[in-house]
Amino acid sequence: MNNTAQAGQRGKDIRSDCWIELQQNEAGGNHIILESKVRSLYGRQIEELLQKGLGFFGLHNVTVRIEDSGALPYVISARFEAAVKRLLPEKNQSFLPDAESQVQTPSSRDRFRRSRLYLPGNDPKLAINAGLHQPDGIILDLEDSVAPLEKDAARILVRNTLRLVNFYGAERMVRINQHALGLEDLQSVIPQKPNVILVPKCESKENIEEVEHAIEQILREQELSWDVFLMPIIESAKGTINAYEIAQASENIVALAIGLEDYTADIGAERTLGGEESRWMRGAVLNAARAAGVQPIDTVFSDVNDMDGLFASSREARLFGFDGKGCIHPRQIDVVHRAFAPEQKELEKAMKIVIAFDEAEKCGLGVVSLGAKMIDPPVVKRAHRTIEIAIRSGLLTQDWKEAYHA
Amino acid sequence: MRNTLIRNAAGRLVVTEINGDVAIPFQGVGAFVPAGRKAAPTVSRCADYPNDGNKIVDDLKSALMKAGLRDGMTISTHHHFRNGDLVGNQIFAAASQLGVKNLRWFPSAAFPCHAPLIEHLASGVIHHIEGSMNGPLGDYASSGKMRGLGVLRSHGGRYQAVQDGEVHIDIAVIAAPTSDPFGNCNGVTGPSACGGLGFALVDSQYADKVIVVTDNLVPFPCVPWQIQGNYVDSVVVMEKVGDPEKIISGTTNITKSPDRLLIAELTARFVREAGILRDGLSFQAGAGGTSLSFAIFLKEMMIEAGIKARFVRGGSTKYLVEMLEEGLTDYILDGQTFDLEGVRSMRENSHHVHTNPFVSYNYHGKGNIASMIDVVVLGATEVDVHFNANVVTHSDGRLLHGIGGWQNCLFSKCTILPIPSFRDRIPVIVDEVTTLCGPGELIDVIVTERGIAINPLRQDLIAATKHSGLPIKTVQELKDEIDHICGGKPDKPEFTDKIIAAVKWVDGTVIDVIRQLRTDG
Repeated sequence: MNNTAQAGQRGKDIRSDCWIELQQNEAGGNHIILESKVRSLYGRQIEELLQKGLGFFGLHNVTVRIEDSGALPYVISARFEAAVKRLLPEKNQSFLPDAESQVQTPSSRDRFRRSRLYLPGNDPKLAINAGLHQPDGIILDLEDSVAPLEKDAARILVRNTLRLVNFYGAERMVRINQHALGLEDLQSVIPQKPNVILVPKCESKENIEEVEHAIEQILREQELSWDVFLMPIIESAKGTINAYEIAQASENIVALAIGLEDYTADIGAERTLGGEESRWMRGAVLNAARAAGVQPIDTVFSDVNDMDGLFASSREARLFGFDGKGCIHPRQIDVVHRAFAPEQKELEKAMKIVIAFDEAEKCGLGVVSLGAKMIDPPVVKRAHRTIEIAIRSGLLTQDWKEAYHA
Repeated sequence: MRNTLIRNAAGRLVVTEINGDVAIPFQGVGAFVPAGRKAAPTVSRCADYPNDGNKIVDDLKSALMKAGLRDGMTISTHHHFRNGDLVGNQIFAAASQLGVKNLRWFPSAAFPCHAPLIEHLASGVIHHIEGSMNGPLGDYASSGKMRGLGVLRSHGGRYQAVQDGEVHIDIAVIAAPTSDPFGNCNGVTGPSACGGLGFALVDSQYADKVIVVTDNLVPFPCVPWQIQGNYVDSVVVMEKVGDPEKIISGTTNITKSPDRLLIAELTARFVREAGILRDGLSFQAGAGGTSLSFAIFLKEMMIEAGIKARFVRGGSTKYLVEMLEEGLTDYILDGQTFDLEGVRSMRENSHHVHTNPFVSYNYHGKGNIASMIDVVVLGATEVDVHFNANVVTHSDGRLLHGIGGWQNCLFSKCTILPIPSFRDRIPVIVDEVTTLCGPGELIDVIVTERGIAINPLRQDLIAATKHSGLPIKTVQELKDEIDHICGGKPDKPEFTDKIIAAVKWVDGTVIDVIRQLRTDG
């Protein structure tokens, strides 16, 4: 048996993380060797936390070496737990930090999902402030951004993040891995009440059923009553063909997202800026989502320095029919929100329709009409949503109707 | 030497004596009234200088000997080359060769490029430093190894100290990118052009002996003459006086950090919502990524609102130069040039005006520019719940920065500190600052990524931004939030009783002291 194990990150470019090495000795008791840039401020607390961890797992004669680059306590616990489990795989308890109650907020099927910010699951430095940039959703990614050998550590870190990092109202999302790894991910994250699970490389309704079944079982075991919504990501030729079946595979599906990097590779195309190669696929997935009554969500825009390109791409996505766009950098969020905000003409029309709807309701009429023209219910619904987005984007105030009537 | 400590008006225990001279404790903002007359150098006469105006001396060592360099003197230098200065180290190398000891080095600021001077501090060539200490020199001083007490002053405070006779400069050495043999010199022309030489003004006026060192000698007259040759004793020509590429230090690049951009954007929005953003405004944004980004956000808002500034204060950078050239400000009043675009603009554009600490910052003058500015945006290492701020030490107690113009700028009409609420796990908003540099009554607003706190003394700003939709919180709310995130209240760094440096207020009184860090093991 190997008598040492490590977890975490160290080095001069590492921030807000720590690296922990455990060494199992024959005798000599537990020792902590601490190196930290915050030693004079939090050295004592760090040692106390590690002592608590040693006690929690019942470890004896262990030397803990920690190189800390300003990791928050929940990160230190996660790294410690990962190191323990790498050293002693039989230790299957969870060393959970105290949960923050206000971080777990319920969501709803229809909420806005204009922007969703991807955060690499094994890198703690971006998580703590991610919500301040006010995306509609934050995705803690366990899949492509995490190296295969770090999946275990990322899972623990993401679990702790969900447990106590405040995302200030953003929807809490996790992208799990495929198949067996994904099911392990769910064991870790579901008890922490995420709002949405993103299912990557989804190709059939069976992929969804497998995930949903696992979630139900965990919720039952934990005696939790909590809505966990699903967002399958379509990123293959087969997935595209089965998009409608996938979108209908569960009541809990709220959106279909697309991933173009894998899709273009899958069909043997080159990904271009113009995106001609994926136009059909985007249309097919969008149509499937609408047919199934869930939100179609566009892919990410990967050039973080090109804000004009991002705006144009997001505007195109909106006019194409999508409800949202993926973000890989916090500065993209506001640009996406501006692109998804209604234009003045559209907004004015929506205001007229909503006012007409109010009038009709007041008079007890079943149909809404604008002048001589009848307005169909889907158009009314869309107008309401346009107004909501406008309020959220700061184009209208909550009490806009008063000003409108005045 | 046992130094008697006294509690000053800010509640800090401070020294009453600094390196043998009496020190006056801080008495409150605007409370201390100076008496007497200004200092003055000895009277010179033209008969002692060549009529043809040629003051050239062979080399720096000869010039120092001619100036009468001897034990215990005060030698001054300046930081217009920032981390690219090549002269400071040569002065003390020469002094060492001459066997001179116990010098007081009085730089306008020291940079990491001056790390070789540690050797001369250790050997006793330099007794102590009065000027900003950071990087390797800061660590050396923090560890308590410096013989004398360090003294930290603002740019305005440095002018005040010399003018008021607190510091008498025996020999000033001015590194000049261009000079004539008479000593007229400037920083905007020549291969080493680095901008303005304003920091050296007070030295030229008050030092007993002034040596100009240049790598670009031109025949008389050297125009513009930022420093007048009539103050200068000798001129030395050497191969290279500085590396102007290095005036771009780490703090003068625009930030890419999403959190800092958010802080900069919130700051600009605050300025707009508070009604400060109006035609004819003036502002100063220091070096530092967040401040520079603030200027860029503000610029966008100015374009949107169709207004322009009357003047902006530099630290000039290419961003301010763009504003000047695009007609968004009438003037740049520049105290220090931070990049080569700034140098070019100062050379070419008569509306890019070279200033100095006398006109900008000196508190013992008949007014100064700093108090006329509508809004100034500054950094800080810590701020406490009473809005007191620290800019010289890190939360772990190590010396980190010089004061620069920071204290002087606090007198603007609205002083804003855009700061992250914590850095990694280090809280920036604390119960009590480790070192007091700026009294809270002069600090109006703190902008963090988690919200904006307005000083209760500024009810006008509170009222103006009440319905702005900005995340306004109390400073205590911010502090509690941060302590919670960081895992409780931090411990305090441990210090010994030994005082290693004094921090002066703009009027020359002692606002705080810095103690030696207790190191483990």
